[in-house]
Amino acid sequence: MLTFNLLLLVCLAYVAFLFAVAFLAEKRAERGQGSWLRSPMVYTLSLSIYCTAWTFYGAVGNAARNGLEFVTIYLGPTLVMIGWWALLRKLVRIGRAQRITSIADLISSRYGKSTALGVIVTVMAVVGTTPYIALQLQSVTLSFAVFAGNDATGGGWDPSDLNFSALWVAAGLAVFTLLFGTRSIDANERHHGVVMAIALEAIVKLVALLAVGIFVVWGVAGGPGAMLDLIDTAPVGAWELRPGRWVGLMFLSAAAFLTLPRMFQVMVVENSDERHLATASWAFPLYLMLISLFVLPIAVTGLAHLPGDANPDLFVLTVPLAFDQDILAMLSFLGGFSSATSMVIVAAIALSTMVSNHIVLPVWLNSQQGGAALSGDVRGVLLLSRRVSICVILALGYIYFRLSGAGAALAAIGLVSFTGVAQVLPAMLGGLFWRGATRVGAIAGLVVGFSIWGWTLFLPSFGEGSVIPATVLAEGPFGVGWLRPHALFGIDGIDRVVHAVLWSMVLNTGVFVFTSFLTFPQPLERLQGAAFVQVFRRSAGPRGWADNRAETEDLLVMAQRIIGAAEAQALFSRAAEAQGKGGYLPDATPAFLETLERQLAGSVGAATAHAMLGQITGGSSLSVEELMRVADETAQIMEYSSRLEAQSAELGRTAGQLREANEKLTALSIQKDAFLSQISHELRTPMTSIRAFSEILRDSGALEEGERTKYSSIIHGEAQRLTRLLDDLLDLSVLENGQVTLNLAEVRLADILDRAEAAALSGDASLVVRRDAAIADAVLTTDPDRLAQVFINLISNAQKYCDGSAPELTIAIRFADASMTLDFIDNGTGIPRESQAMIFEKFSRLSDHRAAGGAGLGLAICREVMARLGGRIAYLPGQGGAAFRVTIPLGLAQVA
Amino acid sequence: MAGRVLLIEDEPNIIEAIRFILSRDGWHVDVHSIGETAVAAVHERAPDVLVLDVMLPGRSGYDILADLRADKVTEKLPVLMLTARGQKADRDMAMRAGADRFMTKPFANEDVLAAVRDLASA
Repeated sequence: MLTFNLLLLVCLAYVAFLFAVAFLAEKRAERGQGSWLRSPMVYTLSLSIYCTAWTFYGAVGNAARNGLEFVTIYLGPTLVMIGWWALLRKLVRIGRAQRITSIADLISSRYGKSTALGVIVTVMAVVGTTPYIALQLQSVTLSFAVFAGNDATGGGWDPSDLNFSALWVAAGLAVFTLLFGTRSIDANERHHGVVMAIALEAIVKLVALLAVGIFVVWGVAGGPGAMLDLIDTAPVGAWELRPGRWVGLMFLSAAAFLTLPRMFQVMVVENSDERHLATASWAFPLYLMLISLFVLPIAVTGLAHLPGDANPDLFVLTVPLAFDQDILAMLSFLGGFSSATSMVIVAAIALSTMVSNHIVLPVWLNSQQGGAALSGDVRGVLLLSRRVSICVILALGYIYFRLSGAGAALAAIGLVSFTGVAQVLPAMLGGLFWRGATRVGAIAGLVVGFSIWGWTLFLPSFGEGSVIPATVLAEGPFGVGWLRPHALFGIDGIDRVVHAVLWSMVLNTGVFVFTSFLTFPQPLERLQGAAFVQVFRRSAGPRGWADNRAETEDLLVMAQRIIGAAEAQALFSRAAEAQGKGGYLPDATPAFLETLERQLAGSVGAATAHAMLGQITGGSSLSVEELMRVADETAQIMEYSSRLEAQSAELGRTAGQLREANEKLTALSIQKDAFLSQISHELRTPMTSIRAFSEILRDSGALEEGERTKYSSIIHGEAQRLTRLLDDLLDLSVLENGQVTLNLAEVRLADILDRAEAAALSGDASLVVRRDAAIADAVLTTDPDRLAQVFINLISNAQKYCDGSAPELTIAIRFADASMTLDFIDNGTGIPRESQAMIFEKFSRLSDHRAAGGAGLGLAICREVMARLGGRIAYLPGQGGAAFRVTIPLGLAQVA
Repeated sequence: MAGRVLLIEDEPNIIEAIRFILSRDGWHVDVHSIGETAVAAVHERAPDVLVLDVMLPGRSGYDILADLRADKVTEKLPVLMLTARGQKADRDMAMRAGADRFMTKPFANEDVLAAVRDLASA
């Protein structure tokens, strides 16, 4: 007898083995090796996730209850596969051309990238798949319980053990899915490792069922003939054939085969080569046939040899155990385990892709306001949202498992799920084959169908009275009889599943078609509709837009905006010439489009260029991945350009500083030249007189005494003038360079003025100087010699330049807080307005006063001295005559 | 062969010196000191040789010379320019303006005399 612990061990080893396979396959795929990973057989085997635990255990149970009816579940997909040329080929082609990532993406994309549709289909898929995941948990748990119940050491499990093990199974599956479903975000949403693992599980499933089948036929019954006799005598053969239910179930399984998220994932998204469909079209029906071959024999064997209360859903497991075939039972257990795990893993991957792409990402992108859509962020958010979604989806499955009481028959739960996801079929088929289908129509049909499903099948599936009260089930909501969940519109007496399928699909399709007729598709919908319906026409030959002039013109308009008018026109005319045409509009051949895309990619990035070309040529439209890449590139470009901007601003600043410095230098150089020129002039002028007269004195012997004296004194005067000039220059240089030592003392202002007057006027009484009486009391701390130098300059200027008939200089005083102002105002005509600004500059002696002597450095020196003394000197306009205001601090504490 | 010289200069001591140098050689020397009216003075005095300072109150010697050269009456008048700014640029400006001779202050007395003689006989 098998112990439960051994079973657990084998189970873990099996999972570890799957892990290894998935890991190796992933590694191979990463290195670009392992073309066998993408072989048609792997593809076909991966399709077998259609056969879940429901098929593995439930088909036998179904056969034991309903006879051959289980075959319908296989006939639907078989018909779809056989007719692959008509439908599947188109679906896969569109999936590849549009880079479709999920069934929600397909519907959303077809109807003009509708976010609403993406959300609706995603929600429907999650809700519809939840019972199915619960079903898998239930089957694994039940099979565990079977072994535990047969354990030699203990009795059966109570319900809490079941719940506990279901929780562990759910958690384990979540971990496996997280590890292999979200290792990376691939633009194509392909998962080589997972596909490889489920292909392997497909083989395990098949081998297990075949082994049990062979055992019951040859080991128990004793050969095919005996088995056929057994079937004939069994109650199975006598069950009536219900044509309505048969047709309904076949239709349902065919629809679900196309619309189940996990089927879409392996069939369309994971498809790496359209030609694989051709192989799968016969290989997959063959697989289904083999897997269903022994369903009936196992069922009748179980019915014949097991106690009447045995659960037929577990015959696959309990029959070998009953005959003490431990190894076979183990194999069978692994087969069921494989069926359940592969379904849950792929379903979780597919659903998490949908949830993150259609719900989480749009919300997140919206909340980011288009800012900071950097690659790392988006990837991080995507990965996180997928991981969380996987956990949530498995948690939902577990919750449904708990709520539904783990009691309903497996097949019943499966049909609930099938009917839910099948609601997508009208919108899907309409989208593939009917250009008139509109977004509003699709939304209306989906909502109607989904609501009817929820009311008639899903909510009641929780058990009578759990979600929908028993009275509502019996009499309808608020007593409205025709709304009874199992008898809509008063039509009673038909099978519940058929009832739900009929009403939901008929009303869904009707509303979809009717609303589509009433509404008009938007431009993007029309584009996408054409792209979907005419997918073959587009991808065959020269893509159908070979001579569309208007389109080429649009391309030119766009290209001009991106790469500049001249360059774009050159590119287009070169291409036109190469095609043997004139002008600027070449045919939009694939070769030209490729060239153009490359050219544009250089400016705006590959993804953006592709998306832009795609929009204009109508060949494709933006997918979420493309949008992300566009956002990524745009962010990079923006970052780059902002860096450039910063750099150019920096450069601009530097250039400005350089220009400023250069202007300053130029100004300084001009100033220096002017200064040297002035110095030269001021030095040469007295030297000219000195030289001329000394030559005269030397060369002319016969000079009168008067002349000799006169010329000698000219030489003397000019020599003095030179000396003064040099003194002034040196003084100014010292003052300007700040190497001044001030000798501070507390003095009376009147004393300094007395000294200055005496020095400036030297006894000449032609200028009358008047002072304010207040000056007599003024005392200040300053450098008396320097201040006197300023006063001397001002007084002697007045003496030299005052042109009044009776020259007079008034010195007025006023006191402020910490300073005094002295105004020196004469009664001449003053200094002309245009000259007032420059009188303090060096050599600014006003030209018509040249005769008065002096080099024009006096006021410049005064200005420097006053600055050193902590005060200032300024010309005071509007006083009649020339007026200077000297501001002196009363106490000069600190000296520069 | 002494003739008439008009000296346009504003430094009194330099006027005194040049007047002495030229008078002793027999030249008749007229003096004018104001830039604005210099051209009129040339027309009025009609000298044989003009000795022209550059830095004058009111108007620069270059401008005065340009006016003289633009006038038919004075376009051939021999001009000796004197300047206290001894840079090469000043010499070039003087020659461009149409000076016949150019001298930098301070000068040798005999050079001034020789230049005036040359200009008068040319």
